[in-house]
Amino acid sequence: MAGQALLSARGLTRDFRGFRAVDGVDLDVAPDSVHALVGPNGAGKTTLFNLLTGFLKPSGGRIELAGRDVTGLPPERVARLGVARSFQITSLFPQLSAREHVELALQSPSGLGWRFWRSSALMRRYTDRATELLAMVGLAELAEAPAEALAYGRKRALELAIALALDPKVLLLDEPTAGMGLEDVDRTVDLIARVRQGRTVVMVEHNMSVVGRLADTVTVLQAGKVLVEGPYEEVRADERVITAYLGAADAAH
Amino acid sequence: MTSTVDTPADAARPAAPSGLLTVARAPRWLRYALLAAGLLVAFWLPNGLYPAVAVDILCWALFAVAVDLLLGFTGLMSFGHAAFWGTSAYVTGLVAIHVGLPFPAAVLAGALTAALLAVPIGYLAVKRTGIYFAMVTLAFAQMVYYVANEWRSVTQGENGLQGVPRELFGLDLSDDYYFYYAILPIVLLGLLAAWRIVHSPFGRVLVGIRDNPARARALGYPVHRYKLTAFVLSGFIAGLGGGLFAVGHRFVSLEVLHWTTSGKAVIVVVLGGIGTLWGGVLGAAIVVRLEDWLSFSGFETIGLVTGGIFVLVVLLFRRGIWGSVAALAHRWWASRRR
Repeated sequence: MAGQALLSARGLTRDFRGFRAVDGVDLDVAPDSVHALVGPNGAGKTTLFNLLTGFLKPSGGRIELAGRDVTGLPPERVARLGVARSFQITSLFPQLSAREHVELALQSPSGLGWRFWRSSALMRRYTDRATELLAMVGLAELAEAPAEALAYGRKRALELAIALALDPKVLLLDEPTAGMGLEDVDRTVDLIARVRQGRTVVMVEHNMSVVGRLADTVTVLQAGKVLVEGPYEEVRADERVITAYLGAADAAH
Repeated sequence: MTSTVDTPADAARPAAPSGLLTVARAPRWLRYALLAAGLLVAFWLPNGLYPAVAVDILCWALFAVAVDLLLGFTGLMSFGHAAFWGTSAYVTGLVAIHVGLPFPAAVLAGALTAALLAVPIGYLAVKRTGIYFAMVTLAFAQMVYYVANEWRSVTQGENGLQGVPRELFGLDLSDDYYFYYAILPIVLLGLLAAWRIVHSPFGRVLVGIRDNPARARALGYPVHRYKLTAFVLSGFIAGLGGGLFAVGHRFVSLEVLHWTTSGKAVIVVVLGGIGTLWGGVLGAAIVVRLEDWLSFSGFETIGLVTGGIFVLVVLLFRRGIWGSVAALAHRWWASRRR
């Protein structure tokens, strides 16, 4: 089983001063699938994301990418190996333009970034590809706007563009539709549906309709552990999930 | 928060001046005009000022630009750059005295030593950020200071290194006026190097790291190694300034390694404008000129006056002199185009 997974975790654990945020999680992300992580607040979804991308070091367990042990590697190495991520809270370079963001991402694997004796005009070699990617996420006409001036939904789209610029094997999206209006949510779902072609996507998502429209596999986390894993329809009907999600609501009745 | 744009028409309007890269830049002709004016001033300077003061301004301009490379473009405040300025001053002095090389070669030796020293210090310092980074650099600079103080057989301790020669193929450079023109090309090269670094693919990565290190890492950039490289380059440029300073004064005292020298460099940059590069040059000119004028007028508490001006500038013009003028000019430019 584990041999077929592109990204897998075994017994992944992370402690914060005695609090176990992620507790022995096993995860297998199949190639070319969209794998959603859902669960109530504090279930450990974002911590798991940070573990998978190297932003946190696991207290225990093991992570493999295409059969290669990547446990404990720093984030820049994980990114180089083909895992790109977006952040739950929009994370951009406020003063750089949308185009400069994408160019910076495109430049990353090339080593051009070390050339302190060359002109930054060299980065024009990425302009065409950057224009393409920006058009793909609907930012073609805002390419020259500084990131800090973009509206919220556009910032999220830019995040997606720079993640795609890394041409990742696995794309990790942390709540890609968080805080969006309905129209932006639809646009983002369409976008993810388009970019998932030939790619593997792992996403944390609260909006169950988004999960239903996109995910092949759903893993439900609760209190740091895997509660249920399976296809969306199956997971949605699972009683344990209903209790975990609706427990509070039921109690209120 | 700034206003948001959602349409191309809004985006075409220049945003608030960021003082950086392509987002808000002066028109091309204005940049060339400013460059020409700057060069004219540089060539005229020792005719309008006491030449020894003009020499000091050049040295401090390099020092300030080196500090701004870290403070303004990498987001690291070094409070120990006297270590590089001063080490280079001593090495330059020693090489010039004992080896008798032409002074540019001695300065190069000093600057390279400073860059070498920046490798271990930077390696340990870049793992910290903010105030902790400043404290680590300060601690190392203090260590260098005490080593120089104790190692009297080499540094002459409190007596300082006396009689650093201004050797250049037998030319007579004893007059500060001619010495100024002898070092001007070296200083301009140093400034050009700093400008090139800022406007290189590397400089673009640095700005990214400054604004959002986590995001830079997620893009695959090894942030520590980039910061270390910037630190070493900065140490080299600071060393160029310190070496020229030693030859300019024909004397090296422990003051070049003192923490107040590090502090003065930061003050010069903040005064001129962080992240503006040329603001540091302007700040150097103002602080050096002012200090000379104050000491010449018999003022005893120079630090009080420069410190007071520093506080005023920080309170009233947060962008520093260059940054504030650039912001005003940008606003005027934007309103004219509308």
